Order: sequence, then structure tokens, then C-alpha cells
Amino acid sequence: MSRRASDVAPAPWARWTILGVVGALFAIPIVAMVEFTLRTRDGITFDRWTALAEGLASGSRTYRMLGEGIAVSLGLSVVTAVLIVAILVPTMVLVRLRVPRLQRVLEMISILPISIPAIVLVVGLAPVYASIARVVGSSAWPLALAYAVVALPFAYRAIQAELRLVDVGTLTEAGRSLGAGFTRTLVEIVVPNIRRGILTACILTVAIVLGEYTIAALLNRIVLQTALVQIQQADAYASVIVSLVALAFAFVLLLVIAIAGGGQPRATQPKAPKTKKDPRA
Amino acid sequence: MTAPRPQTATTIDLQQVVKRYGSHTALDSVDLTLAPGELVALLGPSGCGKTTALRCLAGLEDIQEGRILMDGVDVSATPIERRDIGIVFQAYSLFPHMTAAQNVGYGLRMRGVGRAERETRVAEGLELVGLAHLGERFAHELSGGQQQRVALARAIVTRPRLLLLDEPLSALDAKVRVSLRDEIRRIQQELGITTVFVTHDQEEALAVADRVAVMRAGRIEQIGSPEDLYRTPANPFVADFVGLSNRVAGIVDADGFAVRGERLPVLGAPALGAGVALVRPEHVRLAATGIAATVVTSAFLGSIRRTTVDLGDGTIVAVQHDASEVHEPGDAVHVAFTGAPVVVEPSVDHGEVAAA
Repeated sequence: MSRRASDVAPAPWARWTILGVVGALFAIPIVAMVEFTLRTRDGITFDRWTALAEGLASGSRTYRMLGEGIAVSLGLSVVTAVLIVAILVPTMVLVRLRVPRLQRVLEMISILPISIPAIVLVVGLAPVYASIARVVGSSAWPLALAYAVVALPFAYRAIQAELRLVDVGTLTEAGRSLGAGFTRTLVEIVVPNIRRGILTACILTVAIVLGEYTIAALLNRIVLQTALVQIQQADAYASVIVSLVALAFAFVLLLVIAIAGGGQPRATQPKAPKTKKDPRA
Repeated sequence: MTAPRPQTATTIDLQQVVKRYGSHTALDSVDLTLAPGELVALLGPSGCGKTTALRCLAGLEDIQEGRILMDGVDVSATPIERRDIGIVFQAYSLFPHMTAAQNVGYGLRMRGVGRAERETRVAEGLELVGLAHLGERFAHELSGGQQQRVALARAIVTRPRLLLLDEPLSALDAKVRVSLRDEIRRIQQELGITTVFVTHDQEEALAVADRVAVMRAGRIEQIGSPEDLYRTPANPFVADFVGLSNRVAGIVDADGFAVRGERLPVLGAPALGAGVALVRPEHVRLAATGIAATVVTSAFLGSIRRTTVDLGDGTIVAVQHDASEVHEPGDAVHVAFTGAPVVVEPSVDHGEVAAA
């Protein structure tokens, strides 16, 4: 932060108050959840955590569905993130370079999933998935396609924000003039310069996939969230513990975004990501 | 300094090249031949097609008609990455995520040059542009002039067959512009690369080019050495665009251009009748007798002084003369033409000439 920014910043006491209030708002439910899983009549114990871990590890019947849900959701989040980046990045770069007037159309399309409620989306998706199920069975993997649609607005925004800061036209032309083909230019020149946008898009996608319930539930697929709801009836503690872990995981991901974005390139770091000043930095 | 590399320079040939964007014709059957090792500047106002010509040469734009030949081989359909060219862009174009040295080495990497040779050649390239010590810096740690130097090194280090410079100096401040301009010329001559230099700055074009092609509305109006363009412009547009010109009304007849009792030889064969001559400031002198005039302004330009005078009817003429002769605004003076040949454009407003 520059000096000028500190001139308009609130006084230290105000800053700490704001931080305290906001922090408490977030911390109280989480602390309550932790306390809920630890408290017994005999005091504090980690028994329920170890029991859950053992249950998941041994694959006992109660926890089998939960274990499956976690595995499927993690797998789905990776597949969806890869899918969305592989489709979005070349499309956005190509549209920007070759048919810039389609950029607004693309932007509008990317907003659509936000304006359509998940339940409406499912009504449209259900027949499609019914025919998919006839071909490849009722596994959860095709959900990646639906999730890619749901995550589209967020991924698009994240990548677009970075793409805007880069003179893609000149950089690709320079790359190609030096003998790199289009694909090579895309991978070696464009992608490294929008790395942060891609990373943000991936992490947002992962967060969305891990938290998605409606579509999976309505299409009767077992993922983390649907498994949590199921198991809640059998073991309320397990569902809270897994929610806590999922929350911690999301927090770590956000931390990764912050760290990846915070570092300015240095001469000593050969793979520094950016040069242009980021207005958000 | 690095010894010049043995290089067989390339001949470039544009034949009847046409480029249209919808109904707009950006290049209107352009013919242009570059001798091996020659530097040709494409000069013209914005929208004249000079950048389009360069982009067609690069392979960044397709052409609709005509052919582009490199050493006699038609490359019109060859994509940019296989034309073996080097480009320096107007906008800063260094890859931001690579160091200067990595930028310079990129083209070599694409050509499969081994690591050891690559490092040697990158070092040579950076040395050639005077930045051997800044190889580890990133683009944002370099000044604009340094970035364009690195871009130049990146473009030439692969020893391309053709070097294309697309207004590489226009983003730089005046002092850097002049020094880098001279350096580009030195390096280009040292390496003997056939080069096209696009610019809208006539001073820049005249200073670096072997030949200058003046363009207007998608056509080459005239191509020739800087001296040719300046001394014998083919038409009023060229005379007006290259160097300073006074516009003086008069009459063209069989013997030349009659203006205020004097007679000037004309270039080319302008239409007889009323016309406007373009006269260089150095072809008008302050004289003891001649056309009566009133001084409007006088500017000291170092070794010379440029005084603008009003010929009495609102015609303003710039006169270039020795700095020792000083006149104040309002002074009554006399001016005379030196008799150098002039270009004449047909007068649009006949009434004005009749009055003169």
C-alpha cells in the first residue's frame, strides 16, 4: 500500500474493531461447530473425529456413502476446473483476437447461468442426463458438464479480468513472428500472463463444485453435499465434521489465491507472473 | 562490438498487392521492391496503408490480390511463423513473464537452437543493442527505450530474412527516439538485413532510410532516396508531406510558373493555368529588392533563422536565412525566390489567383 492510501485508512482502533466484528461473525458459527463435535458429557474429546476417520478408512457401511461423496466431489472439482479452463481460455483469446465484436455476446452468455436458478437448469438438464445415463450409466462424472455451466460466470470473470490487463494482440503477434504457432503462443505466451486469472477461475470452480447440492440432489447423484445430507440422519456429528473440513479446505484455497496474487515479480524469480500493475493489488 | 555476421540478404517483392477491408481498400495494387540489405521507410499520414503494408509483409493480414515474393518465392500464403521475419512493434511487446534474455532467446528456442549456442547468441544480441548488463531484468524493470532495444535484439537475433519495424519509436520521448533511430540504422547496416520501417514522422524516415516510399490512400505516391523526395517531389502531396513547403499562388504557362513578376522552373508537367506552387523555405531569400513583404514572426533555430512574412495579400511565406540577419515582427522587407524548381498543384480556387 502506498502512503496516500494510509492517509484515508481508518484509525487503528477502528480497524481493529471492524476486524473484530467481522471476525466474530465468521468465527462464532465455526467455533460452535467445532465445539459441537468435541463436546460430550465427559468433557472435550476428539473421539468423534477419530471415529469418523476410522470409519472412512475402513469403509464401514455408514460412512461408505460419505467417502464416495468426498471422492466424487474432489474428482468432479478437478475435472470441472480442467474442462472449464480448457474451453474458456482458447475461446476467450480467439474471440478477442479474431472476432472482438462477439465479446459482448460471450459476456452475456457467460452471465446466463447466474440468472437461471439451479432448479430451472435441472429441468432442462434432466432429459439430457437421462439419455447420458442410458449410455454411460448413472455415474456422477457427467455432472462435470453441468457444473462447468454453473461455474462459467465466475470463471469467465476471473479470466477476463486478467486478460484485460494483457495486450494479447501484440503478444501473440510477437510470439508468432518469432516462429511459435498459435497453440504454442497460447500456452507459452498468453497463459503465463493470465496465470492468476486461470488459478482464480480454477479455485472458484472447485469451491462451487464442492458446495453444489441442488443439481446433484435433483439428478440423484451422490456427491459430497448430497452424502452429507444423507448421513446427517444417521450421524449428525459426522456431517458437521466433514463440513468443517470442507470449510478449511476452501479457506486454504482462498489463501492460495491471495499468495499467488500478492507477490510482485522480481528479477530473481524467473517465473514471476505479471508485470502490469494490478488495480486490486 | 560484435562482428557482422555473414548473411545473404533477401530480396523482397510486392507485386500488385491489394488489401481490402469490406468496401475500404487499404492497399491499392502496391508495387514495391526491396534490394538485399536495403532499408525502405514507408511514410505517410495515418490511414495511408503503411502499417497494413507491413502487416501483409509479415503475414499478419491476408492479401486479396497480388503476390509477395521473398527471394523470388511466393510467400503470400505462408503463415507468419514460417516467413522467418523479425518484427518490432509500436506497442511494447516484450513477454512480461520472461526476462530480457529469455525474450531475446525465444525465437532461437522456437528454431530449435541448442542451449549453449542460444546463450551465446542472446548475449551477442543484447550487446548489439547495448544492454548486455540487463539480461536478467523483466520488461517492467526496463525503460521504454530499453524495452524497444530488447525487442529489436529479439527480432534480429534469429537473423531473419526480413526485419519489419512498425513505428518502433513513436512511444518514446524525443531524445531517446533520435538516439535509438540512429542505432537501428547502425545495426541494420552492420547486419545487412533487408528492412521495412513504417513511420509517420518524415524526419525519421529521411534520417534512416536508403529509400522512402511516401504513401497515400493505399498507394505509393513516390519512392526514392530522401534527397530525391525532397528535391524533386513527384507531386504536391509528396512535396507537402516531406519537408516544409510554402504555398504560393501563380500561373503555369509554357515557360514555367509565373509568380509575382518572377518565373520559376517547374517539376513534372503541371496543367497550364492557375496553380499553387510548393516552395521550400530555403528557396526563398530575404533580398534588397523583390516582393514587398511584412515580417510576421521570426524564429531562431541555431545556425539558421526562419522568418515568416506576409506578402501583402494574406499569403504567408516562411523564409530560411542566416541567423545573423534579424527582423522584428512588423518590419518591411523584400523577398525573392532563388529559382529552384517547384512542384505545382492545380488551383482549386481560381478567383484567388485572379486576384493575385
